This record gives sequence, structure tokens and C-alpha cells, in this order.
Amino acid sequence: MEKIILFAPLIGALIAGFGWRIIGEKAAQWVTTGLLFLACALSWIVLLTLDANQTQHIHILDFIQSGLLDTSWSIRMDRLTAIMLIVVTSVSSLVHLYSFGYMAHDDNWGEGEHYKARFFAYLSFFTFAMLALVTADNLVQMFFGWEGVGVASYLLIGFYYKKPSANAAAIKAFVVNRVGDFGFALGIFGLFYLTDSIKFDDVFAAAPALAETQLHFLWTEWNAANLLAFLLFIGAMGKSAQLFLHTWLPDAMEGPTPVSALIHAATMVTAGVFLVCRMSPLMEVAPEATAFITFLGATTAFVAATIGLVQNDIKRVIAYSTMSQLGYMFVAAGVGVYSVAMFHLLTHAFFKAMLFLGAGSVIHAMHHEQDMRNYGNLRKKIPLTFYAMLIGTLAITGVGIPLTTIGFAGFLSKDAIIESAWAGTQGGYAFWMLVIAAMFTSFYSWRLMFLTFWGEARGDKHAHEHAHESPAVMTIPLGVLAVGAIFSGMVFYGPFFGDHTKVANYFGMAHHEAAADAGHGAAGEDAGHGAATDHAATTTEHAAPASDGHGADAGHAVMAGTAPQGAIYMAPDNTVLDDAHHAPKWVKLSPFFAMLIGLVVAYWFYIVNPAMPKRWAEVQRPLYLFLLNKWYFDEIYDAIFVRPAKAIGRFLWKRGDGDVIDGSINGVAMGIVPFFTRLAGRAQSGYIFTYAFAMVIGVVVLITWMALSGGAH
Amino acid sequence: MISADLKIILPEILLSLYAMGGLLLAVYTGKDKLAGLLTYATAAAMAVLALWIATAGAGNRTAFDGMFNDDGFARFAKVTILLSAAAILVMSQDYMARRGFLRFEYPMLVSLATVGMMMMVSAGDLMALYMGLELQSLALYVVASLRRDSAKSTEAGVKYFVLGALSSGLLLYGASLVYGFAGTTAFSGIIEAAGEGRASLGLLFGLVFVISGLAFKVSAVPFHMWTPDVYEGAPTPITAFFATAPKMAAMGLFARVLHDAFGGVTADWIQVIALLSVLSMFLGSIAAIGQTNIKRLMAYSSIAHMGYALMGLAAGTVFGVQAVLIYMAIYITMNIGTFAFIMSMEKDGQPVTDIKSLNLYARAEPGKALAMLVLLFSLAGVPPLVGFFGKLYVLRAAYEAGLAWLAIAGVIASVIGAFYYLRIVFYMYFGEEGEALDKGRSPVLWGALMVSAAIIGLAWLPGLNLLGVESAAAAAAATLVN
Repeated sequence: MEKIILFAPLIGALIAGFGWRIIGEKAAQWVTTGLLFLACALSWIVLLTLDANQTQHIHILDFIQSGLLDTSWSIRMDRLTAIMLIVVTSVSSLVHLYSFGYMAHDDNWGEGEHYKARFFAYLSFFTFAMLALVTADNLVQMFFGWEGVGVASYLLIGFYYKKPSANAAAIKAFVVNRVGDFGFALGIFGLFYLTDSIKFDDVFAAAPALAETQLHFLWTEWNAANLLAFLLFIGAMGKSAQLFLHTWLPDAMEGPTPVSALIHAATMVTAGVFLVCRMSPLMEVAPEATAFITFLGATTAFVAATIGLVQNDIKRVIAYSTMSQLGYMFVAAGVGVYSVAMFHLLTHAFFKAMLFLGAGSVIHAMHHEQDMRNYGNLRKKIPLTFYAMLIGTLAITGVGIPLTTIGFAGFLSKDAIIESAWAGTQGGYAFWMLVIAAMFTSFYSWRLMFLTFWGEARGDKHAHEHAHESPAVMTIPLGVLAVGAIFSGMVFYGPFFGDHTKVANYFGMAHHEAAADAGHGAAGEDAGHGAATDHAATTTEHAAPASDGHGADAGHAVMAGTAPQGAIYMAPDNTVLDDAHHAPKWVKLSPFFAMLIGLVVAYWFYIVNPAMPKRWAEVQRPLYLFLLNKWYFDEIYDAIFVRPAKAIGRFLWKRGDGDVIDGSINGVAMGIVPFFTRLAGRAQSGYIFTYAFAMVIGVVVLITWMALSGGAH
Repeated sequence: MISADLKIILPEILLSLYAMGGLLLAVYTGKDKLAGLLTYATAAAMAVLALWIATAGAGNRTAFDGMFNDDGFARFAKVTILLSAAAILVMSQDYMARRGFLRFEYPMLVSLATVGMMMMVSAGDLMALYMGLELQSLALYVVASLRRDSAKSTEAGVKYFVLGALSSGLLLYGASLVYGFAGTTAFSGIIEAAGEGRASLGLLFGLVFVISGLAFKVSAVPFHMWTPDVYEGAPTPITAFFATAPKMAAMGLFARVLHDAFGGVTADWIQVIALLSVLSMFLGSIAAIGQTNIKRLMAYSSIAHMGYALMGLAAGTVFGVQAVLIYMAIYITMNIGTFAFIMSMEKDGQPVTDIKSLNLYARAEPGKALAMLVLLFSLAGVPPLVGFFGKLYVLRAAYEAGLAWLAIAGVIASVIGAFYYLRIVFYMYFGEEGEALDKGRSPVLWGALMVSAAIIGLAWLPGLNLLGVESAAAAAAATLVN
């Protein structure tokens, strides 16, 4: 069953991509979509029937076997994988369906140009790559999926390859991700170097020992666990658009809107969060690295939210919102409540995909107009879209009944993160950043709603007159996602953030109470043992032969460790989850009030007094421009990296390649050689005496040469 | 005693008797009417001799007090010489008959030249050396001017003769110097006199003159200048003959003199040979660029190729000699095919030698054009064709002998040289519209071209192993250098 889930999208992609000329575009669309729904249904079955206490390893085939490196293709089936499976396949199948309507007529393509089958093939290929990522049983396989989604993202951002801006955005996404991937790859190398394995089980088992190991990197010694966790996080930063590596995400909105919903909101960008959660046994022993993750996540949430305040393109607002929400997830992962990070990942996938698809529906209705200043008063024209967007906004801003567990999805998951941040940082920087970001989130989300659906109709009159509700294939996915946006929080609250028993049961972890003497006693012992043997490799070498892919269940706590039980791992001293529940009331209420403030201000600015924003923008012009220009990240990168790189490239091309290499070759080939050719031709006079003279000269030269070099001794 | 000696040189005696007998027979009977028959008979006789030498010969034997060597090296060279001479004879017959200059002396002269060549590669004494060399040369002078009614052919013969006489003079002067300083003409004596790097200056001067004389025969720069004129002026089949068997013989003799007589002073002559090699490679490659006559072009091509062969010799090692033998065998195979193609180039029955006449030849005769393409690529040394391996061997030999600079120079020269080979390919495939050449009429030429191209194009395949040339050459080289 798991294999079907993994390979159904690949088969769909191959059929649609290479076979559409035979079966036709329509059939290609149906095949991919049908296979995706199949995968989706199976994923839900897997999730609901999963035995969390038993991590399954489903071997598919051997991949690379070279020396110590033993990589196979196998599916790691645990709670984390199962959650990602339903997120990916659910959103992907709905996006496939939605694309029937959205991609039906596209002004970017002329008559007779076929693009639909290609689009669906790319979507399915992306889904396969993403599934390969989340089902990975080792780091190399994960890297394969990681790069696969990167390629798919590149192809889909640049789907409108006739538009230079789309091509530029695609390249930018690819190049920026390369920077992150470099860190990720270094992290994998480092793990392999120290543990002689890239299997998750072996790496996890060695994690406590890694914490005791020093590793020389660049100019100094580092704590191995911290360094490797940090390097892996750099990879996550690139994929999940965290600060400094985030510039590609807003530009990625050049792709078709369903792509934005699937890849750049719900699935691919959350791969970084997934990576951190997956590596939780390593993160737990890397306090400095997780502190950095927390810090950067909180900063990203804040920065992205500020930029979102002033953007006018509807998709860009949601893009910055995505970036901000990803920051939330990293904060949760950073403070050590991985289940909460996954919780927000799950709920966010539903409501953010819906917001994007809703935005797509608006754009579709308004004839591909994306500037919100040209919208207004659309709620009567496109009521279904309006309600969907409203639900999405209620979800993302976190509307619910305070101090209970009744509310929209975002209310539960986001509040959980904010409480955890308070508990994890003792009410520090991350907590306040997130609360302020929550306020901004509320403001820009309602601003989007008010500008789009309320107020006066602005912009092109013609477009407004012809605005129409989208077809059913587009509104049905919205409805399904709306259900998720409303209920997913309440349904999954218990297992993700209930109390530690529920969470531990759900993720198959060992219980904290028992931890001290049972499962993790071994781990604690290992830490000591690791210190004694002082090298991680020695411990894992003993573990590796016995584990053969079943490290979790085998009872061989010889020397060192087994991998911690369960899909995620929380150290015995990690009590953030409990502390969060015991947070003071004001902490629990703070996000709610932040949301209210944002709502009221937005209402004031865009309904009561629509002239206000303009005046504010004028009064606070430098600040406004600063935000509008996205903190000038692009400009700074352009000056620091892009232009120097281009200058070096141009120099090497013009001077190095053009002048030196081509110049010398051309000079020799077209100047020097022909000169000698003419010379040789002239020497060949045809007269015997010339020839004889040449021979005599030759003898003289040879005799002289011999006398000087050979015979002189 | 004498009967044992005669037994060793039986192949040479038989071929000489055959040549003289054939002359007498033809003079007293049908004269030129017998020419065609004699040509084929000679070719057959040579092929049989080659087979005999290849299968029957074994071990190292000397005759006439060391004047004549019968060893693996000599046999390898003789087989190559005989087979290539036979192939050229077969290819010439139709060409010369149709143009009316197939005389009965031709196969006989070629036979005598071949006897001279066999003598050369077996020489164990300066006397034997000179005898073989002159026998070969005199026959070749005559053959070059075989077409007495053609000014160019006559001019070629005269030029070759005069310059050849000069080179013989140099060689003889060198031989006398060597005799004067070594006190003997036998190679075995000379190597004792010039053993272990203690050769006197006079002996080395003698060596230089001998080298000069031999360099003329292999047309190494600066003793090469006769080559383009003679190649152009002589009738094409004769040119083909010049470009194949005598080159092998001269190179074999070169290797024999240097290793058998002067093997003790390797360090002294390496410098000289390396200089000749590098000059030949560069001049051959550069001067050929200016040629539009394909025969002149092939003359410069052969100068360049002799430069590569000399590079193997310059290594002064067993592997170097092996490389030379492999290179020569490959070179001769390529040249037979190439000249088969050149002989088939004609318009309205007249031979054409301008390379521009090959414009768009591939459209008219794709098969032959492809075969020629393979040969030209191989001449240029494009991998994986066999010509590439020939170059690889000599480059390796030079590099392993510490002559890295020579190997690098060889690579550069081969890059320059690639131009003129590729230009012919360009004309054949992408040239401008022009008057087409006649369709080839001779199945013999067609067959020679195709067989040669097939060997060159396929022998590198694993399993074929260059048709065993490598191991044969290794065995041959081992008997020469010891």
C-alpha cells in the first residue's frame, strides 16, 4: 500500500508527461488526478491504521553500496511520515482537481499550444518527489526527494517560460535553494563521516555520542551535534524560505496559482520543518543549534509579517504570510515541541492551500488581475470563494474561544506554538516576536479580505462586470479544504498538543516518567559510554551490523544505542510541552488579543476610514518604503552577490575566454601557422641546388649539435 | 658452411632470381604484353614469400659472418614490406594499363627494390647496409621516371637520383669515418668500439653522416625536400609505392643501425633523432596546410608521420622500437587505402589530384567517402581509430623515456596537422557544388580502400587487438634491442 502511494504519482507523471500525445490531454489530466486521489485515499487509511509503536521499514531496492556507504530505497513508515503523506496527497489531489478549472484557459498560451498535460505531469512529478522526501529512510534518499522537489519547483515556477520574469524567478528559486542544499549536503557528509552511516536509525542511535564529539570544521573545533544540526538547518532554511534565504519565495508566485498553493504553501516549503522534526534526536542534543532555529524562526515570522502589511499583490501577501507561518513552525521545533510544529504544519497546509486556491479563484474571476487595489466589493459576485476565503482568514488569524480547545485550525495550532515559545524561552524574544507577528498576521489577512470583498469596486470596470464564480472543479476543493481549516485543529489537538501521554502515544514515543529508567536509560548510558570510548564511530560500528534496518525494535543495547523509539524524540529533560500547558492565562490570551487588535485596526483602516492607509504611508514614508521594498533584501543581495558574480563572470568570459584563450588559439591558427606555411612553401623552390643546400645545412647543424651536446664529454 | 648461409638468405635469393628470370622471359617473349601477368605474378610471389617468412622463420640467425641477420625484427619488417609491395602492385596494374605505361620492367624493378629493402632490414654490416640501400634506390630512381614521356615524371626521377646520390655520398662518408675510427664495418664490431658511451668524436661524426643518409630515405626534415616534388611528379601508383614499403625499410634500417651498431651511445644519438623528429612533425604539419594537390599533401603527411615514427626511435628503448614498428604497420595500412582512393580520383578518364575536386563527393559516393573519412580521421589521430593508437604508442615511448617535451610537441603538431585532413573531409561532405568526379571503375581499388578502412576503423575493437600487430611488434623489438 505504501509503495502504491509513493509510485502512483510517478506513474501518473510519466504517463501524462510522455504519453499525452497518445492518450490525449484530457485523459492525461484524468489519469494523474485519479492516481493522486487513489494515493490520497490510501494515505488516510495508512494514517488511521498506523501502529505508532512500530516503525516500519519497507525495502524497495538497493541504491548505492560502496564501502561503508549502504543506501537502499526503503519507506520509513511512522507517524511523522503518515502525517506528511496525508498532507501531501490531500492537498495535491485537490490541487490537481482545482487545476482542471484554473488551467482550462490560459492567456499565456496561444491557440493549439498544449500545456495542460505538461502542467499535470509536473504536478504529479512534484508529488512523487515530495513523497520520496517524506518517506525517506536515510539521508541520501531524502536528499533525492529534496532535490526532486527543487527541480519540480523550478519547472513549475518557470511554467510560463515565455515570461522573462517567470524564468528569472525559477532560476532564483533554484540558485537560492542551492545555497541551502550546500549546507544540507555538508550536514549529510558530516554525519556519514562521524557515524559511518546515513540511515536514520544509525544516526539517531549515535546522536548522544555526537554530542560528546568535537569536529574540526573551517577554522576551529565545534561540537559535532550542534554543527551538524546547524548545517542541516541551513538546508531547511533554503527550502522553507527562512530569513536570508527567503528571497526566492515571493518571486516564486510567478508560477500558476495552484502551484503556489501546493508547493509554495502547503508542502515543499514545509520540508524544512519536516527535516528538523525528523532529525529530532539530533536536535535534542544540539542546544545551541536549536536556540538559533528558534531565534531565526521568530525573526522570520516577524519580518515576513511586517512586509506582508504593505504588499498589494494578493499572492505576495499570502506568500509572505506563508513565510511568516513557517517561522512559527521553526520556533516550535526549535524549542523542542516537534509535535506542535507538525500540528501547525498540518493545519497550515489546509488553510494556506485554501487561501491560495481562493486567491486563485479571485484572480480567475478578475481575469488574472492580481493587484488588490483593483478589487473591492467582490463578495456578492463570487460568494463561494468569499466564504472560503473568510474561513481561511478566520483560521489563519486564529479565531476561537480563548482558554478552550474550540476554534478554527489556526487558533489551536498557533496558540500552541506561542505558548510553547513562552515556555521554551521563559517569555523571551521568540514569544514576543510571535505575538507581534500574530497581530500583524491578523491585520494583513483582514486587509486582504476587506480590500478584496468589501468597499468600493475599484480598477477596471469591465473586469468587475464580468467577474463570475469559478466552476465546480475549483470550488469543491475549496469546500474540502474549508472543512480541514475549520476542524483539523480541534480534531488533532489532543494527539499533537494534548498532554504528553497522548502525544507520546500518538508518536509512539517512550513516556517521560518511564524514560528515566526504561528506554532512554540506555541512551543516557550511551552518552557516558560514548564519552568513554570518545568516538561516535566506534559505537555505531557495533550497532550497525545488528541493526540491519530494524534498529528500533531489536533489543541490542550493546555498547550503544538503539535509535530512540517513536517518530519524534523528546529528551527526558524536555518539559516544554508540559510547561506550555501551565503557562499563565495572560500568555494564553495574548495571541487572541493580538488577533483582535489586528482585526480592529484593519477594520478601521479599510472599512471605516479608507483614506487612512494613504495618509499613514505618507507620514511614515521611509518606513513604508522600507517595508514595501521587503527590507531591501533583494537590493542588498544584488549588490553583494549578484553583481560581483556577474562582473567576475563577464571578466572571465570577455578577457579570460574571449581574449586569452580564443585570442591565442586564433592567433596561432590564423596568424603564426599560415606564416610558416608560406615560408615552407617558399623554401620548396623546385631547384635541386636549394634542396641539396638544405641537406648540407642539415648535416652541418646535426654535426654541430652532436659536437656540442653529445661528443663534447 | 656456405650452404647454411645461403639457406638463411633463401627468400632474397629466390626473389632476385625471380626478378632476373622474369626480365629475361619478358624480353625474349611478349615484352609489355606480359606486363599485366607479371605484375600479378610478382604480387603473388611476394605474398607467398611473406607468408613463408612469417610462418617458417624462427630464432636469431646470422649469415656471412654477421653481415646478414635473420631475426624477429627483420622478419616483421620483411613481411610488412612484401605485403605492402604486393598490395601496391595489384592496385597499380589497372591504373597503369589504362594509361599505357604498364611496362614489364615495372614489376621486376619493384621486385629488385624489394630485395634491396629486405637486405636493408637484415643488414649486419655497413657493406650489407650500403648494398641493400643502393639496390633499392637505383630501382626506385628508375621507377620514379617510369613515365618517360611525362616531363614531371622525368623531373621527379632526376631530382630523386641527384639528391639520392648526394645522400649516398653522405652515408658513405659517414661509413668510412666509422670504419676509420672503429676499425671494422661489422655492427658487432662497431658496438664494441662505441660501447658504454665512450665513443670517439670521429665515430659520432660518422654516425651523424650515416643518420643524415638514412634520414634522406625516410624523408625526415631537413633531408625531406625531394619528397613533395617526387611524390607529385611520379605516377600515382609509384607514389603509393614510395610512401609505403621503402619507408618501412628505411625506418627498419635506421633502427637497426642505431641499436645494433650504436646501441652503446644511445644518449648521443637520441638528441639528433629527437631534433629530426620534432622538425619533421612540425614542417610536415604546417607545410601541408598550403597544399591543394593531394599527392603533395600526402608527401607532407608522410614527412609528418615519419616524424612521429622517429619519436619512437628517439626513445631509444625496446618499447620505442615496438612503437615504431606498430606505427609503421599502421601507417602503411592507412596509406594503402588512401592511395587506393587517390588512384580512383579521375575525371573523364584523367587523373585528378586537386582536393577541391572532392567537393560534395559524399553525395556521389557515400561509401567511398565514408571509408576515406575513416582513413583521414585515423591519419589525423582521432580516437578510437587505429591511427590514434599508433600515435599513442610513440607518445608513450617518448614520455617514458623522459622526452616529455617531445611528446608534447608531437601532440601540438598533430593538432595542427588535423587541419588539412579535416579540410578534405569538409570538402567531401560540406563543400560547394562542383563538377563531379567519375564513378570509380576499379573493383581492386575499391576493395583496397574498403579493406584498409575496415581494418583502420575496426581493429581497435577489443577482441581484435590491432590484429595482433602489438605482440608481433613487441617480439620483433625484443630481438633488436638486447
